[in-house]
Amino acid sequence: MLAAAFFVPALGSRFYTFLANDVAIWALFATSLNLLVGYTGLVSFGHAAYFGIGAYTTGILMKQLGVPFLLAFPAAGLLAGALALVFGFFCVRLTRIYFAMLTLAFAQIVWAICFKWNEVTGGEQGMPEIPYPNFEWIDGVAAWLPFVGGYRASEYFYFLSLVLVGLCMWSLHRIVRSPFGRMLETIRENAERAEFIGVNVRLWELAAFALAGVFAGLAGGLFGIFNRGVFPDFAYWTKSSEVLIMTLLGGMGIFYGPTIGALALIVLNHQITSYTEYWSLILGSILILLLFVFPGGIGGAVAALWRRLQTRVHHA
Amino acid sequence: MPDPSFVFAQSLSGLTAAMFLFLIASGLSLIFGVLRVLNFAHGTFYMLGAYSAYQIVQWLGAGPGMFWVAVLGAALGIAVLGGIVERFLFRHLYGQEELYQLLFTYALVLVLSDAAKIIWGTQQKSVSRPPGLTGSVSLWGATIPYYNLFILLLGPAIALGFWFVLQRTRAGRFIRAAALDRETLGALGVNVNALYTGVFVLASFLGGLGGALVTPVRTIVPGMDTEIIVEAFVVVVIGGLGSFWGTFLGSLIYGQVLSFGILFFPRFSIFSVFALMAAVLIIRPWGLLGRPLK
Repeated sequence: MLAAAFFVPALGSRFYTFLANDVAIWALFATSLNLLVGYTGLVSFGHAAYFGIGAYTTGILMKQLGVPFLLAFPAAGLLAGALALVFGFFCVRLTRIYFAMLTLAFAQIVWAICFKWNEVTGGEQGMPEIPYPNFEWIDGVAAWLPFVGGYRASEYFYFLSLVLVGLCMWSLHRIVRSPFGRMLETIRENAERAEFIGVNVRLWELAAFALAGVFAGLAGGLFGIFNRGVFPDFAYWTKSSEVLIMTLLGGMGIFYGPTIGALALIVLNHQITSYTEYWSLILGSILILLLFVFPGGIGGAVAALWRRLQTRVHHA
Repeated sequence: MPDPSFVFAQSLSGLTAAMFLFLIASGLSLIFGVLRVLNFAHGTFYMLGAYSAYQIVQWLGAGPGMFWVAVLGAALGIAVLGGIVERFLFRHLYGQEELYQLLFTYALVLVLSDAAKIIWGTQQKSVSRPPGLTGSVSLWGATIPYYNLFILLLGPAIALGFWFVLQRTRAGRFIRAAALDRETLGALGVNVNALYTGVFVLASFLGGLGGALVTPVRTIVPGMDTEIIVEAFVVVVIGGLGSFWGTFLGSLIYGQVLSFGILFFPRFSIFSVFALMAAVLIIRPWGLLGRPLK
């Protein structure tokens, strides 16, 4: 599926490339949240904080300090991860609603700082015109690799995003399939019991929190460039709720669930906003419908259907 | 050192803001205490209360007493809306995971806020003060509008009335019991379903009332719902989730921190309330007057 995504710019429309780039970045963002929500059972209302931090890090480094993308991108993940470690330390000491409220509080603090710290973050206006990474070296490569040259900067960035998102998703996949991931699922199922068998639940949760922050920061770094600008609302609580909805919509029990959710939500958004401005109304109605009919999200419903089909085939 | 009358004026504006916030936050706290869910849509009920009050004033004109009719009408209308939402939609989600209940309240926010945009458009609306409460009084060197004074008196009055209902009436006892142990209450023969609907209706009434009363003081704009709900969250967290007087105390603290924050650290005033919220959650998660959840 990833390979197919590379051919999107060949379709020629800038809109499709734009859409696919949007989906790829949000898929990473949502999957990073799912590490917390789906695999560890920790519902965070403030995940956009790390997304925002990643975006601002890359933005400030590249625009104001001229740092190359190769350094600015990992820096986004590192700084977001570091802050996730600090915030997470306090958050994992709490459970359920208090955990959620503290993640929200920290996210709003990040937002407030981005909103008001005019000198560094541009304040309410944000930072428009983040430069694209330097793609000029590709012309050199295009001399001996025929089909590499001749694309626009936005398309080069799309390819770059695909590669980076693909790497991140692969890493996340390895993480959740590893013993670490199994331990997170154990904690999700019954944290108390995990404590009884000697697991330091808080430490594992903190690790999950920090990792989720790192990948959210990386997604944010990409998004800042993609969006050609970084703004405080990247960290506002409604952004956190958007990504949470994507995760739940697609199905938090499956690794690719959030990706499906991101795809569905972004495509629907673009389709519907071309007809009407009342996207929220439609999204809300869809959500309510899904809640009453498909509690497992789209991904969950598809998985359930798949299982039903499989048992039918076995019985036949 | 700023002069005392200025400090007093700032403090009063903080108190006024606190009283409005208390009206909304008390409804939120009530729903959380009894139904154990954070109702994101509560801010939207507040906004709808404001729009409804505006609409009623448009219909009835600005004659004497019309403002109060509008306020009461709006609050009752929102109460009915809350009842319908609870009875026909929310009730079916009680068995489900909390996350899905929260998601439902957020979906409500999406639907209702767009509905408000469809009905009333996106331009700012406002309602003028009721005749009789226009003008202001001078107190210790500060100029206080009569309307603000009214709110400053109404807030504690409602708090006391609320307290009375909760502590001294049969219905209040049921509400408190449901907050502690709903299953046993049901086993004792109380109609818990009706109680839940009643609580939701009451909370929605308070939210709508808050929205309607705030119209002469703040402009009615889309987005006032997402703004107020976060403020209400801060208040109930600081005061204690589910604690009634905690909500009152939380509102007072919030109001003072915000108004003096703007005075002394204008750039960090927003930051300071969230920092306070985080501090409370870190040091004493169940809030200043709350009790630890089971």
